[in-house]
Amino acid sequence: MSTMHSLFWLAAQRFPADFSTPFMDKILPLLRNNARASVSDLAKSANLTEHEVIARIAKLEADGVVLGYQAVVDPQKVAKERVTALIEVKLTPEREGGFDKTAERVARFPEVLSCYLMSGGYDLHVVVEGATLHEVAGFVSEKLSTLKGVISTVTHFRLKAYKENGVELRREVGPQRLAVAP
Amino acid sequence: MTISKHIANHIRDIPRSGIRDFFEIVQSMKDVISLGIGEPDFHTPWRIREAAIYSLERGHTGYTSNLGLPRLRECIAEYVAKHFAVKYDAKTEIIVTVGVSEALDLALRALVNPGDEVLYHEPCYVSYSPSVVMAHGVPVAVPTHPADNFRMTAEELAKHITPKSKVLMMNFPCNPTGATQTREELEKIAKLCVAHDLIVLTDEIYSELTYDGASHFSIAALPGMKDRCVFLHGFSKAFAMTGFRIGYACAPAALTEAMMKVHQYAILCANTMAQDAAIEALESGENDVQMMRKEYEARRNYIVRSLNDMGLPCFKPLGAFYVFPDIRSTGMTSREFSLGLLEKKQVACVPGPAFGVSGEGHIRCSYATGLDKIKIAMERMAEFVAENRK
Repeated sequence: MSTMHSLFWLAAQRFPADFSTPFMDKILPLLRNNARASVSDLAKSANLTEHEVIARIAKLEADGVVLGYQAVVDPQKVAKERVTALIEVKLTPEREGGFDKTAERVARFPEVLSCYLMSGGYDLHVVVEGATLHEVAGFVSEKLSTLKGVISTVTHFRLKAYKENGVELRREVGPQRLAVAP
Repeated sequence: MTISKHIANHIRDIPRSGIRDFFEIVQSMKDVISLGIGEPDFHTPWRIREAAIYSLERGHTGYTSNLGLPRLRECIAEYVAKHFAVKYDAKTEIIVTVGVSEALDLALRALVNPGDEVLYHEPCYVSYSPSVVMAHGVPVAVPTHPADNFRMTAEELAKHITPKSKVLMMNFPCNPTGATQTREELEKIAKLCVAHDLIVLTDEIYSELTYDGASHFSIAALPGMKDRCVFLHGFSKAFAMTGFRIGYACAPAALTEAMMKVHQYAILCANTMAQDAAIEALESGENDVQMMRKEYEARRNYIVRSLNDMGLPCFKPLGAFYVFPDIRSTGMTSREFSLGLLEKKQVACVPGPAFGVSGEGHIRCSYATGLDKIKIAMERMAEFVAENRK
């Protein structure tokens, strides 16, 4: 299976809303499939002119719909694997702003890759990355748990990745097809 | 003893498939990008594969009823009613087959007496003419034309009807042209069928792959047509299940019963785990179909624009996953073009005449291949056309 197709496929499975009518923007699912697709390819696939494609991408960026473009990386194949931890954080909500103020403070740390307010047994789900176990532990004990409003933390270290950003890390081989078929 | 002289005449006289010839040439070469593949490049959606695995785990390894699992026939009845607006009785009017190919064979064997004429549009799927011959019928091709975007017109059909005509076979959206029919044209064709008492075999295997928001319309849904139609459909294309070999036919009870006789003695029943997988496909596979359709549509847009840009006129088909560009501007025959493209640029496309003589001057390009490969293929093809332009 080709990379482009499988990324599209996975993007499509994750964001089915983009694939039902009406499109918020024809370009968006194509960019989610492959953010590196050239303007001329996007134009052909979406049946637009290149000028239209450039204008639409500019608008998506200006409106803050598209926030950035990142590579999907298999962490196990990177020479120096980084340590990733998922941290459950319990918070005391503040009188004004609820969880937002504390959550935004947490999110501002560069060590934090993502930060979500959760329903259920804890409040914040924080993904942290560091060079070593020690570094991540230090961040949790010194920065995170000492913040005003943080009641407790539970840290889970990641052992192995099977799927990253919707892309399975153990790639399926493409279907074995005949070279020419009726 | 030479065994060849014992081979039945009507089988001996069937010419070798043009696709097979071409396949052998492609097979012998390295690093070829093939736009010659008539099956989806998607894996069967995981939920469907998982249902097949679960079927084995539960030990569903015996025969099913000849007509197919009752639950599957109920699902098919619901699906056909919902998407094609034709109501069939799950108990008496639906038969589950080993792909549409078997369904087509059953219908022909159940209907055709030796010498009966069977009409079909051309270019068409490679098996149409041989299937008729194998059923001892006489194949009668109705040519379709680039000027009509390869739609079969009632006018052209009328020219080929004789007192011996008994059956009309149709496949829209069409392999190899991507052509689709309009309701207006189907109404005219239906009138002819009624006037000449023709039975219609309508192979709608690509119906889910219809683009630009166009909605597929079945001839069986026209008033009075259900009684003279065999509606043929399957899972291979929409659900990317080619290897499961599972399809079905819907037809009036008496005809289904006749087809069942052939099926029960020749096949017994379709593969059991594939039938379980097919139930899952109909119950929860629609989202997957929609995603695949979107992907095909993006590729179609790309390939149609590329072909027209390089000077190979090509209409924008509304269905299936094929385009059928006109290569006559190069001064080459379809075969010369395909062989040249293969040898010089390592891109495989099937010569149009593999789908009947009226395919001459065209080639079939399948876009059931990743966009990255299609891109390279289009670049190479553009070079080839530029180098060979007359």
